[in-house]
Amino acid sequence: MSTQTIGILGAGKVGTGVARQALLAGYRVLIAGSGDPKKIDLIVSVMAPGAIAVTAEQAMAEADLVVLSVPLHKFRTLDPAGLNGKHVLDTMNYWRDTNGDMPELADAPSSSEMVLAHIPGARLAKSLNHIGYHELELDARPDGSADRRALAVVSDDDDTRALVLDFVERLGFDAVDAGPLSNGTAFEPDTPIFTGSYTAPALEAELVAHLAERGELTTSR
Amino acid sequence: MELGIYSFGDIHADPATGARVSPQQSMADLLERARLADEVGLDYFGIGEHHRKEYSVSSIAPVLAAAAAQTKNIKLGSAVTVLSTEDPVRVYQQFSTIDLISGGRAELTAGRGSFIESYPLFGADLNDYEELYEEKIALLLGLNEAGRKEAPITWSGKFRPALDNATIYPRPVDNDLDIWIATGGTPSSTARAATLGTNVIYALLGGAVSNFARHAQLFRAGAAQAGHDAKALKVGVSAVGLIAKGGAADTFYPYWRRVMDDISRERGFSSPNRISYNMQTAPSGAIYAGNPEQVAEKILLTHQHMGHNRHILEMDLASVPQKDILKSIELFGTEVKPLIDAELGTTKENAA
Repeated sequence: MSTQTIGILGAGKVGTGVARQALLAGYRVLIAGSGDPKKIDLIVSVMAPGAIAVTAEQAMAEADLVVLSVPLHKFRTLDPAGLNGKHVLDTMNYWRDTNGDMPELADAPSSSEMVLAHIPGARLAKSLNHIGYHELELDARPDGSADRRALAVVSDDDDTRALVLDFVERLGFDAVDAGPLSNGTAFEPDTPIFTGSYTAPALEAELVAHLAERGELTTSR
Repeated sequence: MELGIYSFGDIHADPATGARVSPQQSMADLLERARLADEVGLDYFGIGEHHRKEYSVSSIAPVLAAAAAQTKNIKLGSAVTVLSTEDPVRVYQQFSTIDLISGGRAELTAGRGSFIESYPLFGADLNDYEELYEEKIALLLGLNEAGRKEAPITWSGKFRPALDNATIYPRPVDNDLDIWIATGGTPSSTARAATLGTNVIYALLGGAVSNFARHAQLFRAGAAQAGHDAKALKVGVSAVGLIAKGGAADTFYPYWRRVMDDISRERGFSSPNRISYNMQTAPSGAIYAGNPEQVAEKILLTHQHMGHNRHILEMDLASVPQKDILKSIELFGTEVKPLIDAELGTTKENAA
């Protein structure tokens, strides 16, 4: 099964960067900022020509896969009802410098699980958080290239995982199944995988090493 | 094309020797660079602020004032003023004063800052990151507009006391301060600068030079849409780099590495290495280290993508030795600048 429409929430560096690569891969791409789509019309037309500026409601309703690319401290502005039952990809990270203090993060095992607690009906995956937005363009390679960079995908939902693995492959990267959502700690900030560049075998080895070290080695396979 | 240099007054321990420049020596070094940059015909000397031990500058204005007294032609600006943790009224007064000292050569570049030490220091709440900046940039531009019109200003906001029919003194030369907005490339920041109608300068701190073409395009389209004369607004680029007749990339590497290791540790990135450095010093990458021809070519390549009006380099990352900085400044003015002028026309024709 192949995803056709990507709905991106957030028209920042990451949102527009994912949009450009998704357009190149042949997807229909919707982007929503906060509020009236007219506010981001110009940004979208220049930064991701071909993508369509829409409301968040429309992006969520029409997308086969919803991509979350808002600043993490705005996660509570995500609409739980709109994301209910949807395949959702979390690309966000915690940056104290721009996100401020987030006490609730201390209580969550990972930022994705904090987000999931707010949108419990979403079928959530985490990926693309561990690659620089400009590297999405620079490092993308055709399938089979010797130097193709690998990216990890985690989810508790088998269908969502399959969708996102396919999405990451079509963006130009080797997609590595890293197991359940809780394994996302292996590629959050302060890990070697976060912003590190790996081939698929090297990424798999690093994932195993990290999760074993933390006594969290679990796999969905 | 205007060319220039900027610095935060780096006083890191030297990666090779462990030796450390004192804050007092750093001030002398900065002023020596300003004098030389002025002499060799560079257009801009910028000073940025940090509030941590590896940097000698937390107060921009006095350093620029000292530079103003020792130079003749070069423009003097902040790179950048962390406006979110400043009082725009005080900043306007300080830069108006530098403008008076320098005969109209002062500029102010406002940014949010990518380091956050000044927030707790001055009692600003990081949770107000966006709102603080929005309010303060609007007030700063309002003050400058009131100055231009020689009119009082009435203003109220959330983060400083209201102004009731206030006139702020002194005014700058010709009643107008040259104000820029600095951004790392967040699309909404570009859109904001375009809407406000200020000049904009992009920090090219990674990726490929070509990546920023879209930002410049967005800025000009946005300014035109907002009713500003987009051609009259300037686009700048700030980046790191060092110029030498030979071995510039090798000389620069340990200093660049030191700074990147520190930032990576603080922000949870993986540390870079010589391979990622080489990608950035390659012709399409964002580090401008090389001989004069190589650096000129890279600036011209950047110009092809962005059509920018100003290119400034931070040469003293992690306290690259003063002798290398002075040589680099000299080559920037005497060799790189003529190569760029020959290709693009002189600065004067360009600015016309």
